[in-house]
Amino acid sequence: MSNSSAVLDTPEQAFAGLETRDAHAWFGKHHALSGVSLRFPAKSVTGLIGPSGCGKSTYLRLLNRMHEFIPNSAMAGEVLLHGDDIYGESVDPAAIRLKVGMVFQKPNPFPAMTIRENVISGLKLAHIKIDNEDDLVEKCLNRAGLWKEVKDRLDASGGSLSGGQQQRLCIARSLAVEPEVLLMDEPCSALDPGSTLRIEETIKELAEKITVVIVTHNMQQASRVSDYCAFFLSDGGPGVLVEADQTRKMFTNPTDTRTADYVQGKFG
Amino acid sequence: MHVVHSRGDKVFRGIVTAGALTSLVILGLIGSFLFARGAQVFSQYGLKFITGTNWSSSMEEGIPSEFGMGPMLVGTIIVSAIALLFAVPMSIAGALYIEFYATGRVRKMLSGLLDLAAAIPSLIFGLWGIQIFTNFGQRWASFLGNRLGFVPIFNTISDNYGRSPFVAGCVLASMVVPITTSVAREVYSRTPRELIDTCYALGGSKWGAIKTVVLPFGKSGVVGGAMLGLGRALGETVAVYLVLNLNFRYTFRILESEGGNVASLIATRFGESSSEELTALVAAGFVLFLLTLSVNMVASAIVAKTTRS
Ligand SMILES: Nc1ncnc2c1ncn2[C@@H]1O[C@H](COP(=O)(O)OP(=O)(O)OP(=O)(O)O)[C@@H](O)[C@H]1O
Ligand SMILES: [Mg+2]
Repeated sequence: MSNSSAVLDTPEQAFAGLETRDAHAWFGKHHALSGVSLRFPAKSVTGLIGPSGCGKSTYLRLLNRMHEFIPNSAMAGEVLLHGDDIYGESVDPAAIRLKVGMVFQKPNPFPAMTIRENVISGLKLAHIKIDNEDDLVEKCLNRAGLWKEVKDRLDASGGSLSGGQQQRLCIARSLAVEPEVLLMDEPCSALDPGSTLRIEETIKELAEKITVVIVTHNMQQASRVSDYCAFFLSDGGPGVLVEADQTRKMFTNPTDTRTADYVQGKFG
Repeated sequence: MHVVHSRGDKVFRGIVTAGALTSLVILGLIGSFLFARGAQVFSQYGLKFITGTNWSSSMEEGIPSEFGMGPMLVGTIIVSAIALLFAVPMSIAGALYIEFYATGRVRKMLSGLLDLAAAIPSLIFGLWGIQIFTNFGQRWASFLGNRLGFVPIFNTISDNYGRSPFVAGCVLASMVVPITTSVAREVYSRTPRELIDTCYALGGSKWGAIKTVVLPFGKSGVVGGAMLGLGRALGETVAVYLVLNLNFRYTFRILESEGGNVASLIATRFGESSSEELTALVAAGFVLFLLTLSVNMVASAIVAKTTRS
């Protein structure tokens, strides 16, 4: 079994508490991801890059136990959150997902709900008591950079917003349950360039408080928004982690020639 | 898409088209036959035929007959409402179970059974329902009557529950459940996967995801499915006729052994009617025809709209 291990060189106090050790993923018999070990730095943005089909989404979904919803899927290795394996037997996956939130590729506010209801929906789903709803809604929408645009129409349907606004609403919705880590799978790929820049700003602001892991196909986006980058690759076999380092280093002076070729757009 | 114009295709296409046209023509013929035969009644009684409360066929000279199907229409609505009250929650529960809780072989078996059941004429379930509910339904009815008799609709005078709208509604429910469950399951299965995933990603449980996205998403589809079942069942109300004790009064006592609906009116009176009453029955048939047709059309439209991807 090929075993790729790239550990981001981070001092202990800057460690986010989330790491994988020799993580593997399967879809049925198809071995999609092999031996990924990675530690995530705290209060920073880590970009997952690599060509299509190399297992970025699969890896991301291992981090909050979404992988297991796919029929016949399997995993091996460890995903540790503050030292505890999130796949441990006594662990409630829902509790993990509260700490490790996720924003999806396509903006998907709940269609039957208003903007306000969308923001607090996660708390309702997790049966968390809300003390001051107005404050919470304002705070989350503010952090997602959407408050000014929607403060006068909180009771409008979430679907009435533009695509970019919808995606920021989805970010606000994820923030309401106060996750430590936010996973984002190509959150801008369905959006126009203007909305994309707005979301990138939001992501950078978020990283002042929480840890963000973002999958992106866009090299410019990776260099703009991320502090660290992890490069995945699959050459026919399962996807492996080739290299992970500070984004500046990955783009200017990577260790592996395949990384250099990819970030320079020679393939992918 | 690649289209092959082989001879076999053309023949098959012809047969299918002919079949579809034939059923449309037959439907049109039935409608116009009923209308033509009943037209005289409509012109003679006007709206009173719909709202009138008296149905008496006079044999004597000088005393005019009177035909008003009001109580039967109200009866139709009451029995249908009772049926839906039972059928819709059961269908939703069944559909959710198969779609979200059953796994592996159980799920395969149940969904196969369900598809089969939805294709069987609802009359079959009606006949089964009569076997079951004249017995059980009667017990539930007497239970309700004893406990809640002070509520007007549960009030009874005779302590005879067997042939009540309640029991008829139970029978009708058993005719509606298979198709409603089948449609509900189809609609639920089309809930966008990302929305369900989002609920889980927010720390929600399966039931949370169902409440938050699946039920709202499937709402109108289930309404359509229930109406489709009802439309089918209304047309096969012989089953209800076998249960109800026909009675020409507006009645809202659903546990009392009295009541009626349009189909049972026709079925009961048909054999012994004078030619004058026969015409009135045909006119009533036309009303039922319109009712069934419009329920079916609205239902199909709703279902088509919600299951379009
Ligand atoms: N639901 C699934 N069922 C079966 N195989 C899957 C499934 N999802 C992904 N795979 C396979 O796993 C491998 C990794 O897929 P993954 O979606 O993680 O790639 P990715 O890097 O996110 O690609 P992209 O950049 O196109 O989103 C691929 O070979 C893919 O075919
Ligand atoms: Mg992906």
